[in-house]
Amino acid sequence: MHELSISRSLVELACAHAEGRPVIRLRVAVGKLSAVMPDALRFCFETVRRDTLLHDAALEIEEVAGLAQCAGCGQRFAMPLTGARCACGERQFRLLAGEELKIVELELQEEIN
Amino acid sequence: MCTTCGCSDDAPLRLTRMLDRSAPHEHAPHRHVPQSTQTKRLEQDILGRNDRSAATNRSRFAGQGILALNLLSSPGSGKTSLLERTLTDRARTWPMSVIEGDQHTLNDARRIRATGAAAVQLNTGAGCHLEAEMVGQALDELQAPPHSIVFIENVGNLVCPALFDLGEHCKVVLLSVTEGDDKPLKYPHMFRAASLMIINKTDLLPYVDFSIQACVAAARQVNPQIQVMQVSAKTGEGFEDWYQWLDAQRSRPAPDRAPLRIGRRVA
Repeated sequence: MHELSISRSLVELACAHAEGRPVIRLRVAVGKLSAVMPDALRFCFETVRRDTLLHDAALEIEEVAGLAQCAGCGQRFAMPLTGARCACGERQFRLLAGEELKIVELELQEEIN
Repeated sequence: MCTTCGCSDDAPLRLTRMLDRSAPHEHAPHRHVPQSTQTKRLEQDILGRNDRSAATNRSRFAGQGILALNLLSSPGSGKTSLLERTLTDRARTWPMSVIEGDQHTLNDARRIRATGAAAVQLNTGAGCHLEAEMVGQALDELQAPPHSIVFIENVGNLVCPALFDLGEHCKVVLLSVTEGDDKPLKYPHMFRAASLMIINKTDLLPYVDFSIQACVAAARQVNPQIQVMQVSAKTGEGFEDWYQWLDAQRSRPAPDRAPLRIGRRVA
């Protein structure tokens, strides 16, 4: 259950950037090749955020599909979890997307009165 | 602006996300508290803290010319047996020590120490993987000599440890022939992250339905670059390949950064 450890890091990082203000919304990018399950992350986040600046924050998870570029012909192609090869037959590729695990943005509350 | 429904008063403010606006709610009683929000673009790696600790470990290894390997597998694939044989066979060739990761018990560290090598046991409790900070603490304890090999035996788990960089030279994944030959497809993260796959317990091949060819094909499907070798930690078969590989790694310069992962950035 590495999502628990990842949720802790997520909350810690978000709090560090919240400048003491409540967080309304938190947007994270999770690559489909990152070995992190969005549902498990949401579940753990609910527990970990208690009594922090994120206690009311909405967690938005943006899933990023795997994308590779063929080392032979340069063609880009979808990279599923179980691997794939380019239509040209070349096996080697460079991953362009799909392993992301990052906080994209935070929306912070700012009371005027 | 009302944070319940988003209806606006005179303030020209922006509220991007609110509670469920469609749910019935009272309008008259709630007070419209003027509230503005600020969106901060971060683009920060969630594992940044672990990655920074891993970078510290990595420069520590590089500074002392230490080869550090992160050994990964399911429980029972033979990581400790592989190490016992290696430590015994090559005790006079290379200085070697071990960081043992398990949820509980000191059993594996005891087995390692019985070979004469230094070992530090990390017990993660409920934790399913080692993190770089733990390894940093173990290194303080271990005091591995310069130009030695440090084996980090991760918690037996084919999922979680793939995500956590420990500052190692590379990841080595073990798989035994009593497991399924399609395991690389079932647990692709680990096999994608590893540089070397060791197929262990080859002495049992006559008794099991395990196809080496199918297993190698599955591993190369998720990671075309992965190197493969076959060993039996019980009989010693194939260990010369392993020792040659280790020797080759020792003469390679230590990486000064983690293998590049897409979209990841160490802050």
